[in-house]
Amino acid sequence: MMLTFRLNGKPVTVSAPPDRRVVDILREDLGLTGTKESCGSGECGACTILIDGETRLSCLMIAAQIDGAEITTVEGLTSTEEGGILMEAFVEQGAVQCGYCTPGMELSALPLLKDTQQMDREAIKVALSGNLCRCTGYVKIVDAVARAGAIIAEKRDKA
Amino acid sequence: MTEVFSPSHLSEALSLMERIPGIRPMSGGTDLLVRQRAMGEVDPSPLMLLSRIDELGGIGFQKGELVLGAATPFARIVSHPLVKTHAPPLATAAATIGGPALRNMATIGGNIQTASPAADSLPALYVMRARLVLVSHVGTRILPIDEFIRGPGKTDLLPNELIMEIRIPSADGSEAWHFEKVGRRKSLAIAVASFCGMLRFSGDGKVSEARFAWGSVAPTVARSVEAEQAVIGSRLDQGSVKKSILATQASLAPIDDIRATAEYRRMLAVGLLACFLDAPRSGG
Repeated sequence: MMLTFRLNGKPVTVSAPPDRRVVDILREDLGLTGTKESCGSGECGACTILIDGETRLSCLMIAAQIDGAEITTVEGLTSTEEGGILMEAFVEQGAVQCGYCTPGMELSALPLLKDTQQMDREAIKVALSGNLCRCTGYVKIVDAVARAGAIIAEKRDKA
Repeated sequence: MTEVFSPSHLSEALSLMERIPGIRPMSGGTDLLVRQRAMGEVDPSPLMLLSRIDELGGIGFQKGELVLGAATPFARIVSHPLVKTHAPPLATAAATIGGPALRNMATIGGNIQTASPAADSLPALYVMRARLVLVSHVGTRILPIDEFIRGPGKTDLLPNELIMEIRIPSADGSEAWHFEKVGRRKSLAIAVASFCGMLRFSGDGKVSEARFAWGSVAPTVARSVEAEQAVIGSRLDQGSVKKSILATQASLAPIDDIRATAEYRRMLAVGLLACFLDAPRSGG
């Protein structure tokens, strides 16, 4: 089927079987390998993307579900100010070791940064609770999201 | 390649089901796609997406009942004010399902139809006496949740039927509720055991109604009428609580599996009830 959707702010048209997995369309058909696949069964969060601003698992979605959708992958992270700040905070806080979980972690954190008033450490942990990391022990990842939240809150206060 | 239909109206979906025997309704897909992948072969029967059908979405309140569209994702159920007011243990249970992204996808109708012994929404639905509205091109019928679930992975749904709505009689605010799930970790974990309890009290402080249900300790949600009877009419004194606990021990027959032993499960199931009876007003 012909699919039309917006990917990281740009319109995309692609032909794919209607039951092709979204993670395969992104990685193999469109060459956007930032989105990772690990478990392939909804238990690790590595393949997390945003659909219309909400987190989804791209390994458990099929082509027919994304027709007309607005998709954000890690490649589009820095196109928003929050995403850019989040990425820098991950680097600054040393929140990345092997890096495999990082795209999923960042996309799970991104919706949280829209409303920094609601953002305490517990809310960050809940938002990241569907993403597994086997290197960092999570502390620095939570630190990075908290740091990004603090920077964004400060900017909003000034504005 | 599997054909995929994406109807936007219920009538369209029902006529597709009549026309194409074997068509597979897919709601969030979080069970169906995992199962398909685990089988290693693609089922050639067409899929039918339910997510664009308006009549299957939405949360409302009608005639004293909370009405949930079957294709409502759990993330909406967790945060919706009507659910928090009228079905508090369901909101609590929904928050324990999978992780945030999964809750944005997985739906309550899907959780019911999958009929897993460990389904996180089912104990609360049993305790709250939820009823299901089932629809086909012939018409609708209504079944209580405990008559709909027939066994692990087995329900009363006919091949041409869809779950349309879940109807839950409203809580009146006088109840004490509790839902708790114990898994190997807090998030992304299947329940080792779960418990939902409800108590109502009469004016003199005695228990007038009690309903208890456990998940993951039997092929379907387990109830113990004896355990409920043991506390009805009491003020939750030590004697009646003990009777209730002993009745639970006797009536539950959990199994050993990869997540826990039968003995540990029985201990958990009893412990979850005991905690609730010890401090019923602190539940959530």
